[in-house]
Amino acid sequence: MHEAVSNGTPKTFLDQVIAATPGKSHLEMCIQCGTCGGSCPSGPDMDHTPRNLFAMIRAGMRDQVLRSNAPWFCVSCYYCMVRCPQDIHVTDVMYTLKRMSVKSNLFDESAAPDFSKTFIFWVENFGRSFELGLMSQHMIRHNPFGVFKIADMGVGMVTKGRISFTPKRINGMDSLRAILAKAKELEAEDDAKITGGAG
Amino acid sequence: MKYSVFPGCSLEKGAIGYPYWQSMEAVLKPLGVELVEVEDWNCCGATEYIALNRMAAYSLIARTLALAAKTDGLREMVAPCSACYLNLAKTDTYLTQDTALAEKVNTALAAGGLHYDPGSVKTRHLLDVIVNDVGYKNLAAKVTKPLKGLRVAPYYGCLFSRPKLDDQSDDPEYPVALDKLLQSLGTEVVNYPMKAHCCGGHMTQISEASAFAMIHRLVKGAADYKADIIVTICPMCQMNLDGFQGAMNRYYKTDYHIPVLYFTQMMGLAFGMTARTLGIGAEIVDARAALARIGVEVPPAEEAGKPARKARRPKEALPLPVMPGREEAEQ
Repeated sequence: MHEAVSNGTPKTFLDQVIAATPGKSHLEMCIQCGTCGGSCPSGPDMDHTPRNLFAMIRAGMRDQVLRSNAPWFCVSCYYCMVRCPQDIHVTDVMYTLKRMSVKSNLFDESAAPDFSKTFIFWVENFGRSFELGLMSQHMIRHNPFGVFKIADMGVGMVTKGRISFTPKRINGMDSLRAILAKAKELEAEDDAKITGGAG
Repeated sequence: MKYSVFPGCSLEKGAIGYPYWQSMEAVLKPLGVELVEVEDWNCCGATEYIALNRMAAYSLIARTLALAAKTDGLREMVAPCSACYLNLAKTDTYLTQDTALAEKVNTALAAGGLHYDPGSVKTRHLLDVIVNDVGYKNLAAKVTKPLKGLRVAPYYGCLFSRPKLDDQSDDPEYPVALDKLLQSLGTEVVNYPMKAHCCGGHMTQISEASAFAMIHRLVKGAADYKADIIVTICPMCQMNLDGFQGAMNRYYKTDYHIPVLYFTQMMGLAFGMTARTLGIGAEIVDARAALARIGVEVPPAEEAGKPARKARRPKEALPLPVMPGREEAEQ
């Protein structure tokens, strides 16, 4: 585990996760009841349920936590979050763990991080998402034969006018680029404070 | 009633959810609801940007909120897509609660010449606006063709009612707004136990097994309750349940065939509008048999929802190269 130091005070991995999660996550309040995992539609696919993961965070098992597939199977359905008796913002914590694992390059088994990156490519360059570009880029890289399995849907979408072949670009692209660049700079500053530069 | 509107990428012309936009425009007119599109809005980031960079994700959303605040002095913005709705409403809530976060987001916005005061634009889901501002009574008064004889499964998905952002929102586990709306249209509403379960979101692109399990659960649930049709309030849910129903059937060796329409399309049918006006016929799972039960004729699949064809250029007008920067002038 990294011995993160900020303002001369050692921070635990739990503190780091809390600090990197916007708002009050209440993560430190977990009573290990397991309601989150029991409510999760992706529970069976996860190597560790959220409850399990939260115990590992407390135990400081940083690398194991950031290597877990659990955050990448989270579908953001928010069942756990509305059911948690301690009001832990479970979904928000899952997003934090995704960001930490991408930034520290610890998780690379699934197509999920790549899907997010491809999606963002269109947003950062056009200001809008582009369904056809996103799906074709992603499938070529991760599931080249998958296209045959959904061929009927693809043909249907095209003949019924539900697929556009050209991406749309917003007018304020320069302004958006400047905003996102500044935001990333601020995020990097925050991250450095949170982890004491440990990544 | 006048609101600004955030269409979202999925409801644009030529996108998967365009029929939702078409039917929304058609039904809001007779209800006296006027919408002004936020100029030059951008993508909400879906569930993807926040997975990579929180400050960029919030700033992306705040740019749209800042532009919405400039729209005709309107303080409420309608979002028809549940994912867009949640991203916009939740970000505004977090910016209101966390002043340090709001300050940083505004530092980023300033780089692009914008500013947003948290809480100045309230984002609301289209369903919320229709049931709470228009109201069930006014809705029922517009019904000229009650949808009798159709069993409908109301499907909310997740993000309309979860997480609970304020006390006014519908029940997070057992929402009822859509049930009551459909009842006021004269349909038989199925007490659908899966109504707030997840459609799988982006999982079709990441893990087929997980995605198909979730889609299967929802479609099977509707079939078990003998629903003729599933009615949805989100383009992502529609796409997963409709577009991927065939692939899910092959995966599970099942043969379900339950069409998936938008609640605005059902409203339009009850108001006596034609299927074509409402973008019906663009579904992948054919809705004709189900709609025939209520006497609705759907135009041949390949014609409905198709954007109007552009006139071909005359043969003598061969395309000439266009100087960079002159594209617009040429069009």
